[in-house]
Amino acid sequence: MHLAYPAVLSALLFCTGLYGVLARRNAILVLMSVELMLNAVNLNLVAFDVWLSKAAEETLHSGQALTLFTIAIAAAEIGIGLAIVLAVHRNRGTADIDKLRDTAEGHETDGHDTGSPDSEAPAAQKAEATA
Amino acid sequence: MTTTTLAVLVPLLPFLGAAAGLLLGRTAPGFVRPLAVLPTLTAFALAVLVAVRHGGGRAIDATTELTPTGSVPIDLALHIDGFAALVAVLVGLVATCVQIYSTGYLRDDPRYPSYAALVSLFTSAMLLVVYSGDLMVLLVGWEIMGICSYFLVGHYWETPEARAASIKAFLVTKLGDVPFLIGLFALAVDAGSFRITTVLGAVASGGLDHPTLIALLLLAGVAGKSAQFPLHTWLPDAMAGPTPVSALIHAATMVAAGVYFIARLLPVFAASSAALLVMAVMAAVTMVGSGLAALAQDDIKRVLAYSTIGQLGYMTGALAVGDRGAAVFHLLSHGAFKALLFLAAGVIIHAAGTNSLAAMSRMKGLRDRVPDAYWTMTVALLALAAIPPFSGFFTKEAVLGAAEHVATGHAAGIPGSAGWIVLVSGLLTALLTAAYAMRLWLLAFHGRGAEAPDHGKQPLAMNAVLWLLAVPSLAFGLLTGPLPDWFDGRDLTPTLTTAVLSTGVALVGGLVTYGAWKHTTALAARVPLGAVAAHPEGDAAQVEAEAIASHAPAYGDVAAAPDPADPGRLLLGPLHRHAAVGFHLDAVYTTLFVRPVQAGASLVRFLDREVVDTYVHGAGAVPRLLGAAVRRAQTGNVQTYVSALLAGTVVLAVAVVLAATGA
Amino acid sequence: MSLAAAAATVAHTTTTAASATTTTADTHGFLSPTGVEIAFLLVGLVTLGAAIVTVTTRQLVHAALWLVVTLGGLAVEYLLLTAEFIAWVQVLIYVGSVVVLLLFGLMLTRAPIGRSPDADSGNRWAALTVAVASAAALVWVVVDAFRATWIDLDGAAAGSTEVTGKALFQNWVLPFEALSVLLLAALVGAIVLSRKAKTNAADTATGGKADADKERAR
Repeated sequence: MHLAYPAVLSALLFCTGLYGVLARRNAILVLMSVELMLNAVNLNLVAFDVWLSKAAEETLHSGQALTLFTIAIAAAEIGIGLAIVLAVHRNRGTADIDKLRDTAEGHETDGHDTGSPDSEAPAAQKAEATA
Repeated sequence: MTTTTLAVLVPLLPFLGAAAGLLLGRTAPGFVRPLAVLPTLTAFALAVLVAVRHGGGRAIDATTELTPTGSVPIDLALHIDGFAALVAVLVGLVATCVQIYSTGYLRDDPRYPSYAALVSLFTSAMLLVVYSGDLMVLLVGWEIMGICSYFLVGHYWETPEARAASIKAFLVTKLGDVPFLIGLFALAVDAGSFRITTVLGAVASGGLDHPTLIALLLLAGVAGKSAQFPLHTWLPDAMAGPTPVSALIHAATMVAAGVYFIARLLPVFAASSAALLVMAVMAAVTMVGSGLAALAQDDIKRVLAYSTIGQLGYMTGALAVGDRGAAVFHLLSHGAFKALLFLAAGVIIHAAGTNSLAAMSRMKGLRDRVPDAYWTMTVALLALAAIPPFSGFFTKEAVLGAAEHVATGHAAGIPGSAGWIVLVSGLLTALLTAAYAMRLWLLAFHGRGAEAPDHGKQPLAMNAVLWLLAVPSLAFGLLTGPLPDWFDGRDLTPTLTTAVLSTGVALVGGLVTYGAWKHTTALAARVPLGAVAAHPEGDAAQVEAEAIASHAPAYGDVAAAPDPADPGRLLLGPLHRHAAVGFHLDAVYTTLFVRPVQAGASLVRFLDREVVDTYVHGAGAVPRLLGAAVRRAQTGNVQTYVSALLAGTVVLAVAVVLAATGA
Repeated sequence: MSLAAAAATVAHTTTTAASATTTTADTHGFLSPTGVEIAFLLVGLVTLGAAIVTVTTRQLVHAALWLVVTLGGLAVEYLLLTAEFIAWVQVLIYVGSVVVLLLFGLMLTRAPIGRSPDADSGNRWAALTVAVASAAALVWVVVDAFRATWIDLDGAAAGSTEVTGKALFQNWVLPFEALSVLLLAALVGAIVLSRKAKTNAADTATGGKADADKERAR
């Protein structure tokens, strides 16, 4: 099989994930897009490992080992990421990334406008988040 | 102790007293008075001892070099000749009297500690100037005196007059001090040393390259310090300070420093006949102008201030005809009787509650309230008017005799015209001096009208000092015989011609004034005038401060009063208006210097505010616009940031690939 | 282009056999694909399509389900590349646990069921530009570099369980153990993050109060 096939597929998947990360509003969808990117990388690793193990008789199988590690780390990442998203959602009442604009210039003046559309995001919760 | 040690202690003791007074003034008020009087008194005693040991013999020289200072060495040097010894005695005497007098005069003043310390510091600086044998060290004392004068004139800084006067005194004397400093440097470069003995040696061997330039530069500083025309305008205004300060600094000592300085370096000035001529003209203008102005003043202290300027003019005149013996002789007697006049004037101001002669002339029996001041002041005024046998007669005769000596062509190397100028103006001034002394005496002590208020007896400290100073005013003439040994050896006894002439014109001046007063005094009852201090029971300093502050509101001017009963108005006629304001010299200075400087300042201000700031603001606008643009990018949306980051990454990666493949 | 030459040089320097594969690749043109290639291409198209739907759909739960399709498609691709072990791990971990976790997350954050009009942020067009640009750049570079490279899938499987296990526990055992520590840290971190801070504060408050009571009783 031509190496170009998995390589191109991997590149396209990666860019699809990239689009998702940049364009999605919900934080969990962003996490899904991150998974897509990671998988694209995994595909790349596996394809090159297979090629090199045959062509160069590389016996360490570093590509596959790294893929396994990536999968494990991705699992950990998704766990932590979800915990963070849940904490944010609990404190701010939203999981929308473009509403979390605490670092914006002049945030203090219009910060309340960028708060959650839910009316159940009282100031106390916000204070707790900053505490 | 050796004489040198004693001489070192003389300036040192008041300095230590001043330092201690400044340090302990607030924490230990009980020590302030002893700390003020005792060091000065001891310094006076030591100065007398030094003078006795010196005994009119050879000059005492002592020197020590603190540190090498390059091609022109600066030494801590003492040079005590007869002049220095006697002037130091005078300074010590007046300073002691003033310190004792001040304990009564500023009895309740909260700022007395700093006042006394500054007076001590001033005394120390003056003694340093007197004893110093090195021009740089002399300059140090010279400048310390200037700054002390500034602080002490501004003692009543609550009043705007005192504030303005202190700044004016400082600026005008500094205006003279700048050329003075340059002149000192030029002199030291020409002579190769700052030592006075070395400088005089260089002059004697004709080693000066630019004698006229140096003499004129030095003369500017002397004119500033000794209040000679055209830099005299600060002295009448300086009367806004306390009276003891006026007596010490602005009558007896500091203003005499300039004269003393020329006396020390007279050979330098005598090396240039042009400088002598300039000095003679300066002295003549100063003498006559100040005599006329003194006749028109209403403030008793301003009369005395103009009188001081005139008497200093006599001394300058004596120096202009090359006789420093006569100059210092007059300096000594003038120091005594002028200090006495001022201190007595302080007593009168306290008793009358006003400093205005117009108001005093409407008070009956003021002389009975202050008998001590009346008698001592009479003595001092007679001395001032040079009536024999008071001290002023002998000293003034010495000056006039020296002038006549030169005018008749008996002196080599000194232009005869200088002698004539000094002689004629001196005689004219003798007339004017007698006139304003008479006017002062009549207006102050022979007023008619309401009974003078009774504020009780004056403090003993103040009255005793008056009598102490009256002694030299009376009897200083007795020293005419032995004094020439201390000076250059020239005879100081009066000559017949000048004595008859000057006494005659003085008598004429006094009698004319008396006649004018007889004529005008009837008007006094018709025109009520006068204002007295709000707190007559306060100490003298408070009364004086209130009198100074209320003079301009009450009489329309700080110097003159619209009093038709004033004999000076009758005598001067149309000149009175101009004489009262010092012949408009202040107005001229305002036009010539103050206005251009202020205009320049406002121009600079305009340039700074409107032109420079425009560029600054313009320079700030561009970054502000850029900042606003960049600020808009800070949306807080992480996705936007990552988008920009990745876009940049892609661009860079493509660029790198293109570069690597050589496309 | 020279990138192909560069890649070939890399292969050359690695081993001499690389040149052999390059020569074999020359015999396999793109216009005459093998069966495996056709299968890879078809599954790849499905995977890519599912991925695109995942990042564009307006229904959040559907996105998670399309993600399952994408990840499953990738598992098939691993199988086609003879990496069996990776493929099953992919199915187990991704399809089995990660997607379930994501669904839980969606549920817990009260994601709306059905079409949500604001699933995409206003950054969409910038994101599309960046993604298309980077895709173009990546595809260009990758194709340019590896168009002549051939993977020989014949012979023993490159990623069988035996081979992978040997590699993992002979050469990679230390990182493997370190990974376990990382997972533990992630576990603890996730628990700490998701625990409610309020109850924590309340606990300490009551504890402090009890202490104070004890103090008073004493």
